[in-house]
Amino acid sequence: MSDLEIQADLGRQARARSPRRRRISVAEALAGAFALFLIAAAFAPSLVAPGDPLAIDPLSAFQAPNLVHWFGTDESGRDIFTRVSHGTGGSLVIGTLATGIGLGLGIVLGTMAGMLGRIVDFTVNRFLEVLFAFPGLLLALLVILVFGPGIQTATVAVGLATAPGYARIIRAQLISVRSAAFVEAATVLGRGRWQILVRHILPNTLAPLFVLGTLGIGQAVVWASALSYLGLGAAPPAAEWGAMLSAGRTYITSAWWLAFFPGLFIVLTAVTATSLGRALERRLRHA
Amino acid sequence: MSPGTSLPVHRPPTGPLVSMLRVRDLAVGFGRQPGTDPVVAGVSFDIAPGECLALVGESGSGKSVTARSLLGLAGDGAWLEATELAINGSDVIGLSEAQWRRRRGRDVGLVLQDALVSLDPLRPIGREIADSLRLHTTLDRAARRARVQEVLERVGLPDGRTRVRQRSGELSGGQRQRALIASAIALDPPLLLVDEPTTALDLTVQAQILDLLESLKRHGTAILLISHDLAVVGRIADRIAVMNAGRIVEQGPAARLLASPRQEQTRRMIAAIPVDKPRGTRLAAPVDRADAPASPPAPPAFYVSAPTMPPASSASPAPAPASAPASSPVPSPVPSPGEVVLEAVGLVKTFRRPDGSDQRAVDGVSFRLARGTTLGLVGESGSGKTTTARLLLALGRPDEGEVRVLGRPFSAATERQRRRLRPELGAVYQDALSSFDPRLTVDAVLRDAVRGARHAARSGSAGRGTAARDRARVAELLDQVSLPSTLLTRRPLSLSGGQRQRVGIARALASEPQIIVCDEPVSSLDVTVQAQVLDLLDELQRERGLSLLVISHDLGVIQHASDQVAVMLDGRIVEIGATTQVFGAPQHPYTQSLLAAVPGLA
Amino acid sequence: MTGTAAGALRPDGAPRSARPLRARPWLAVRRSIPGLLAARLVGAVFVLWAVATITFFAIRLIPGDPAEAILGGPGSQTSPEALTAVRAQYGLDQPVLVQYLAQLGRLARGDLGRSYALRQDVAPLLVGQLGGTLLLAALALVVAWLFALVLATWSTRGGRFAWYLGSGLEIVAAALPHFWLATALIVLFSVWLGVLPPISTPGPAGLVLPVLTLAIPLAGFLGQIMRESLLTALESPFVLSARARGEGERGVRWIHALRHASLPAISLSGWAFGSLISGAVVVETIFARPGLGRTILNAVTVRDVPVVIGVVMIVAIGYILMTVITDLAQWIADPRLRRR
Repeated sequence: MSDLEIQADLGRQARARSPRRRRISVAEALAGAFALFLIAAAFAPSLVAPGDPLAIDPLSAFQAPNLVHWFGTDESGRDIFTRVSHGTGGSLVIGTLATGIGLGLGIVLGTMAGMLGRIVDFTVNRFLEVLFAFPGLLLALLVILVFGPGIQTATVAVGLATAPGYARIIRAQLISVRSAAFVEAATVLGRGRWQILVRHILPNTLAPLFVLGTLGIGQAVVWASALSYLGLGAAPPAAEWGAMLSAGRTYITSAWWLAFFPGLFIVLTAVTATSLGRALERRLRHA
Repeated sequence: MSPGTSLPVHRPPTGPLVSMLRVRDLAVGFGRQPGTDPVVAGVSFDIAPGECLALVGESGSGKSVTARSLLGLAGDGAWLEATELAINGSDVIGLSEAQWRRRRGRDVGLVLQDALVSLDPLRPIGREIADSLRLHTTLDRAARRARVQEVLERVGLPDGRTRVRQRSGELSGGQRQRALIASAIALDPPLLLVDEPTTALDLTVQAQILDLLESLKRHGTAILLISHDLAVVGRIADRIAVMNAGRIVEQGPAARLLASPRQEQTRRMIAAIPVDKPRGTRLAAPVDRADAPASPPAPPAFYVSAPTMPPASSASPAPAPASAPASSPVPSPVPSPGEVVLEAVGLVKTFRRPDGSDQRAVDGVSFRLARGTTLGLVGESGSGKTTTARLLLALGRPDEGEVRVLGRPFSAATERQRRRLRPELGAVYQDALSSFDPRLTVDAVLRDAVRGARHAARSGSAGRGTAARDRARVAELLDQVSLPSTLLTRRPLSLSGGQRQRVGIARALASEPQIIVCDEPVSSLDVTVQAQVLDLLDELQRERGLSLLVISHDLGVIQHASDQVAVMLDGRIVEIGATTQVFGAPQHPYTQSLLAAVPGLA
Repeated sequence: MTGTAAGALRPDGAPRSARPLRARPWLAVRRSIPGLLAARLVGAVFVLWAVATITFFAIRLIPGDPAEAILGGPGSQTSPEALTAVRAQYGLDQPVLVQYLAQLGRLARGDLGRSYALRQDVAPLLVGQLGGTLLLAALALVVAWLFALVLATWSTRGGRFAWYLGSGLEIVAAALPHFWLATALIVLFSVWLGVLPPISTPGPAGLVLPVLTLAIPLAGFLGQIMRESLLTALESPFVLSARARGEGERGVRWIHALRHASLPAISLSGWAFGSLISGAVVVETIFARPGLGRTILNAVTVRDVPVVIGVVMIVAIGYILMTVITDLAQWIADPRLRRR
């Protein structure tokens, strides 16, 4: 099991419980609004926070959150809201790339297991089983041990660490679709293997990947920032959330906001991804 | 029957017949305001000790809600109003939850359908049965245990000592249902609510459970029996109340109501029962559009002259009378007898059980389906019917034997060769919904089928006008199954059961097949909808000379729909012959026992 | 009318033709304890061998000379003689296959080699660290279960408000990164309230914050799972039957529903172990607690290969033991698995 498989499972159960709800709930609306904010901050950070994230102003160092500096200022007087907003792009890019790597590998492994017959399935499954004996962060640490710390390695590490989860979900989905009654019905109608694959199996397997990807980005952001926090990912001058939090740790006794707000953004991103993933799940299936 | 020694035994009705349950103007709903949006309204009835009232209706008619509200368990946020609601002479309106709790299990027992999930699968049945003793009496552990043994014996589950330690999953369907009944009657409540007790049970087991209920009734228990199936209730009910859309539309003595129903809904339900209806007679009043609410048409002639419907006698369920041969089956318009369109020769299919041993699901099945006729394949669950259907459709390869379609090898061919023959062989499934790609609309489903048929026929694969022709063909197919074209944009999930099955039939017709294999085509449908679908199949057969293989566990459906019948038991066909012959003079003991168990109206 | 219809055309009574989607067929629940243990043993040996193999070859991808790493990294001044001596000592001059087999042989004997950085044997070093991490993880698991149970039961009976609050709390808790939660807890309890030490001191008080940090996110996951299965159980016919026998709300929950609700959560214990170990890396670092997590992080930072391999092997063994325990727990909690 992986966090992702549990998340995906919970989404499915929640959907089964609320069969059709067209209305957008308050939580979904909030999640959507924050997602829009994140996207805006990622593509045009100066739109959200016009200041310079690196502008030093020693006179206004360590200001608590106030009307001018919503999230306060850090040890060099840099505005934390500006820094957090400008860090969005970096964090999201790492999260998205890591998810892409994990999902890509997962698709390859899962499809191999699901489509290429028993022997391949058995082998891939054993391989995945072994990977699950490495808890996620340990697998990531192993990758970093081999390739050395840094943003790229951290991204790849998170991608690799999440791949087994994706692979297993995709395999299960493929197998359940492949043996579904509507696939048999198509066989009885005289459709060929290819036609069935293209018309029924692939679309029904791929649709849930949107949900998985959404859930996955949230997780990947958390993991990547964990690596940065541990000093193995992005290094402190960069305005990446994990790195900012790590740098702010020194001052938590006197200026809690340095570490608090970057972390809050990580949490909100993860919650948003979960809520949106579940909302997407509900709507995709009941379209 | 051993009367309970340590507990109050049933008081037989003394003096004037008091009613055990008295309901007047019951209304139940889930709206926010009490009194608004009732799902049940104006329901009134009485049940006397030792009497059985059957509440009959189709799904969604409000019968289960009625029963549950008699226990104060209508559900979260439900409101209840009644001018009178008395159990065993005492008023139960406005009882607090604690007061209700003291009555449940002691004054009223509830038996649900499907004991596999109605008994806690994690707890031994002994504990489940002892629960009401624990809750309502001061008996000690040993006394409770003794009482549990007694109750188990009473419901026909001897060997109580080992039984009490088993869980519902370890028992057979019938045993399980008995255990569930035992858990409801542990305290011998004077009133028993029984909700679809025999649904999902095999015919022979169903008969045994009905016998058990009958014996409880004789003992003096008042029974409220809830069912969708008039045929089942006819066997033990003294009185029947027919529910429709939350109201009782007709109520009366069982014999009278079954013989001369006064209300339209009752008539439709009775007419829809296929048992003993000769081949070719319509079961449902003609409807313009499927599932349209019944516009009351004049009752068909055969209601009025209903000589095949003698008063119901709750006792001896006579085997089906041989009245069928008298009314000769309506001849098919394409009667070229002798020509075999579908043939099974010595089919064998073995599965590996989880414990490693082999199970012969299909064991030497052979039959021939003649053009334009219907062969009914009947058997109880696990008899191998569905596996046979899969082999016929080449969804599995037989271990031995072969399937031939139109005289050509089918199961022995490669899938590529088979694809040429596939258009001749359509299929209709039990669970129509899961046979449709969930992403596709009705239009897309049918268009796929039409396009597939066009490719198979190799008639102008591409070119202008094909899209328009496909659209016309889809419309034509919808028309054939009497569905409005407004459904095209809907997804099967949002259709009713009957509509889904019609879409399934339309899809099967797309390639203009000569043969259609129907696996339990009506078993998940309400009786009146079932009647419409059976009528539709019959109509299509006559119009287009289809050959049908109908698989069902329901003897009534088979008797009504088939020319030939094959009876399956443990993977073999034990008897095969003309329907009239098999039903009129069954040869094999198994067939005889099956027919004896049919809860006919006669 | 047969009520259930799993598939449109399934062989009745016959086993489904599709293979069951069981994640670990060879580690699957067997029907008898000896069968289970035998299957487990074979599986465990395989997993350990595979873990050792993957790590061995992954380590070989590290650029640079391992002998230099042993002698203190590329920056340090090392004589060619010293390098040759180290290569001979660690068998680095042997062919890869020989090194691999030698490595497997050492692991089989429980010899995890010598730490490059700490200059001591890895096995005793890690055994010394094991206790702290296990205590932390076990306490966190217990606390998480308690939180999850309380939250799930409370939020399913307290009406709409409790429902939304409960499920909201769980989603947020499940999304909390350990490093931020730890920081927040330290600010709250050590800096502002001053009631608990900010770093892990020996004694129970020092354990509170680390355990809470690990338990809260886990409780978020477990709580969501339990609530879903609790609701399913409460809506199931056997609960209606029980109510109809006169069972009260408490009885329904304690006798019937909670047992069903805990099954899926039990089955996730293997995953929970893994996530606790991941969390321990962060938590032990933040609270300066000795343990396997902090050890592997330090080892990765200084590229102390034998220590990393050692921790990975110990965690793999722990994971395997946890899956055995999970299966036994399921076997005890769910009699359906014991049938026949």
